[in-house]
Amino acid sequence: MITLVDYKAGNLTSVRLAFEHLGVPVRITDDPAVVRDSDRIVFPGVGAAASAMETLRAGSLVESLRAAAARGVPFLGICLGTQIILESSEEDGGVPCVGLIRGSARRFQFDDPRIKVPQMGWNAVSLRRPHPVFEGIPDASEFYFVHSYYPDPAEPGDRLGDTEYGGFTFASVLGRGNVVATQFHPEKSGRVGLQLLTNFARWDGSC
Amino acid sequence: MLTKRIIPCLDIKNRRVTKGVKFQNNVDLGDPVAMAAGYCADGCDELVFYDITASAERRPIDIGMVSEVAKAIHIPFAVGGGISTIQDMSRVLLAGAEKISVNSLAVLKPSLIAEGARAFGRQCIVLGMDPVRAEDRVRFPSGYEVTIRGFRERTGLDALAWARQAEDLGAGEIVVNSVDADGTRQGFELALTKLIAEGVHIPVVASGGAGRPSHVVDVFREAHADAAIVAGMIHTGEYKIQTIKAALADAGIPVRRVW
Repeated sequence: MITLVDYKAGNLTSVRLAFEHLGVPVRITDDPAVVRDSDRIVFPGVGAAASAMETLRAGSLVESLRAAAARGVPFLGICLGTQIILESSEEDGGVPCVGLIRGSARRFQFDDPRIKVPQMGWNAVSLRRPHPVFEGIPDASEFYFVHSYYPDPAEPGDRLGDTEYGGFTFASVLGRGNVVATQFHPEKSGRVGLQLLTNFARWDGSC
Repeated sequence: MLTKRIIPCLDIKNRRVTKGVKFQNNVDLGDPVAMAAGYCADGCDELVFYDITASAERRPIDIGMVSEVAKAIHIPFAVGGGISTIQDMSRVLLAGAEKISVNSLAVLKPSLIAEGARAFGRQCIVLGMDPVRAEDRVRFPSGYEVTIRGFRERTGLDALAWARQAEDLGAGEIVVNSVDADGTRQGFELALTKLIAEGVHIPVVASGGAGRPSHVVDVFREAHADAAIVAGMIHTGEYKIQTIKAALADAGIPVRRVW
């Protein structure tokens, strides 16, 4: 059973519908005890880091997420969920975050005004090393992105996949042990995205 | 590299897809959920649904249809028509849509854009605008005036000024639908698209006038649109999304491949 963490993230419905389409049972919860004891977690997210962290703290979910991840359960972060499993975000002058992976979320900065922020649309993801969650997905497949901030992991080894936008290459996939996290939206990335979610549902958390 | 998006537009009336020229003489084209699934299989990158009678009938958007679409397709889609409050927006997003498109009601109440962006993030809020060519360059320095309510009313707003104001208010994307080109299938209004695409810092979607693949090539190459809406040229079955994408790829424009 996959636990989908409910902290009022905008893409909760889309993630649930994608798993339902795949026939994978999903439990939606905001109960910190349920999250702590889960055996597989999807952490969605859309919107702003500060208000997301506020909701997580108010619901006592931060410690539960840390405890579950520390037990080694397969953990998937999506979009804002990926940014806030880092230690901090540059949003709103700096927001302390969950800290499952060392590093920060940073804002895109482009000198060329023609490079639009947010990045919105389909872009290619190149893997730095094979990972079970990407099994059967051709390298450089395009996934759907919508974001103004990008994950900047401190450890190069945590950088699992790269994407180029406006001449700048950022870490579009993070991977550290049982934690994998995508800046893109697999639930809205058509066939390749559904393949990733299928793989995650079967992954034992090792790599 | 970020690819250019091809977005089929489905105008919905009584839960059926309809198509008219300049919002008139509408003909029934089919079931929205089935058509959406077909376009996804053919490789479209996103979809947009306009409930074209919701606003005029002063009723909320058809949420049941939004839910059905969300179950059937797993790519982003936007929904517009009759969205006048934060509660309307919330219902559409909770039903599984990515984006909310506001048009006439945003002109009448610009704070709708700001409130939506604050509540759901600016990536959710799409401003749709329907500019028409305007001769009076003093009142309309861009050469285009914004119309509302299905082109029926002029607003006195300059198209570029309104686009910039919407960006400042928090819109995450702008769909520029040319009144003059709409339904003609003679090509996008390139000058208008370029003006807005280069005048704001958020993605701009060109709309109105696509009749053949070369029109889509032109709007990306010459007008620097980030995405293009297609309707009649695919609804008639004359062209496939894959045909349009092949023409774009041949022209060296990056497009998403579909496995």
